Amino acid sequence: MNKLDSEIIKKDFPLLGKAKNLVYLDTAATSQTPQVVLDAMDAYYTKFRANIHRGLYEVGEDASAAYDDARTKVAHFIGAEPREVIFTAGATASSNMLIAMLEHSGVVKTGDEIVTTAMEHHASLIPLQELAKRHDLDLKHIPLAEGSVALNYEVVEKFITEKTKIVSVCLASNVTGTINDVARIAELAHKVGALVICDATAAIGHMSVDVKTLGADFIYFSGHKMCGPTGVGVLWGKAEILEKLEPGVYGGGIVEDVTLARATWRGIPERFEAGTPNIAGVIGLGAAVDYLEKVGVDDIRAHSMTLAEEAIARLEEIPGVRVFAEKDVAKNVGIVSFVIAGIHPHDVADILGKEGVAIRAGHHCAMPLVTDALGLPAVARASFYFYNTTEDVDALVRGIKKAQEIFK
Amino acid sequence: MLSCAVLKKHKKFLNKMEELYKENLLDHNAHPHNKRVIEGVHVEAEARNASCGDRGVLMVAFDEHDRVTDAAFQGEGCAVSQAALSMLTDKLKGKTENELKLLSPGDIYTMLGVHISPGRVNCALLGYEALQKILKKPLHEKAPLCLH
Repeated sequence: MNKLDSEIIKKDFPLLGKAKNLVYLDTAATSQTPQVVLDAMDAYYTKFRANIHRGLYEVGEDASAAYDDARTKVAHFIGAEPREVIFTAGATASSNMLIAMLEHSGVVKTGDEIVTTAMEHHASLIPLQELAKRHDLDLKHIPLAEGSVALNYEVVEKFITEKTKIVSVCLASNVTGTINDVARIAELAHKVGALVICDATAAIGHMSVDVKTLGADFIYFSGHKMCGPTGVGVLWGKAEILEKLEPGVYGGGIVEDVTLARATWRGIPERFEAGTPNIAGVIGLGAAVDYLEKVGVDDIRAHSMTLAEEAIARLEEIPGVRVFAEKDVAKNVGIVSFVIAGIHPHDVADILGKEGVAIRAGHHCAMPLVTDALGLPAVARASFYFYNTTEDVDALVRGIKKAQEIFK
Repeated sequence: MLSCAVLKKHKKFLNKMEELYKENLLDHNAHPHNKRVIEGVHVEAEARNASCGDRGVLMVAFDEHDRVTDAAFQGEGCAVSQAALSMLTDKLKGKTENELKLLSPGDIYTMLGVHISPGRVNCALLGYEALQKILKKPLHEKAPLCLH
């Protein structure tokens, strides 16, 4: 099918190698973890456990070096400078902290507009909603194009105006897999002087991301959907903008000078990493980046595309199944959502689960997209990664047919 | 001591029972009982499963002795949640308020007759959750509170 041999890849993952019966099609919720990532985190706990940037002793220096090394790896992975990479607790923490940074820096004032899309994850949407509430901003949502799961870029143009201060758009939808043309949106936003935020969580590690060509001013993502551990994520921002921003979260490690009355801030990225970070998680994320680069992100992308294409075609052949995904797989990150007539997605997921096929059902933390734009209470979602195979698609199809048999 | 053959037979029986109950659950889902609106005086409450989009509104009418005279529901969601609502409305009829208060989640699982995995607990108990909300409300319209 392409360069990747998923049967060999599976051996890199303890859960997939051992549990032969597990057909894991829920990477969009969280990916599996390769042994090399576990080993890297284990090494921290067993060989050089110490806090970072403090201890003047050997293991302390080793811990600091491993942490800084991970920052460099992640920076290279996204085409950034290390000082632009801020480690967080995950995409949700990144999103909330970024909004706090912008708010503390006075970026918005009453009457300004924020433009986002109808396909955002709650992690992106809700911090914007709350920011809008606090400052009486107009939060506008670009709808999906009629009869499509993508944006209409002519409509996007109309949404971005002189009043627009922030444009926030996901790189890929975690429900439909749709990849947005962020560069095109960023160009429009920058013409009116707006800042561009890109939630790259569903896309990172699944397609190559280069911040230099993406056009956004900020991107953020979690580690756990790209073979990294849970509880760690990244916020990236352009250095010249980060330099001007206030911290989003306050505490130790971010300060230059502190009196009882006030504090002054360190440079970037330290200014934005208050408190002891998830050191093991960051080191694990660095190892995940190494691993993905070794496998090859472009090959990973090609593999997921092939499987998504096959899944879409085979699901659409089944009477009663409707697919809610970007069908042009060149614009789909590897996610295929669907519904089966007469069977609630939760029941579909339960029956598939009993057959050893892990998919997810619900609104996938994108409630406005699922309930309003698609008009469904929930959808079932199968998501593909480089450890999946054609046999996994077979198992999905068999499970769907079994569900139809039970509910007929 | 049970012989191997007897055990096998018993297991087969249990499987059959499970299948039978499944049929019952699917039947309640496909042809729900009391899926309507109570027009007269009644108490109602809504419960939702935010993560999976299940929703149920349970309506219960009581007589002057706090005995259930009618129960109905509206809702949408998975088979487990909707069948549980359907069965629950049947179960509630004729019971007193005190009897309703004694219903436990275990009673709901028994009523459903299928194994409820941890991931389906919220589905199974959607109607039960609505019932708990109802039991916190005044069962009859009370006269306005008099402060004198």
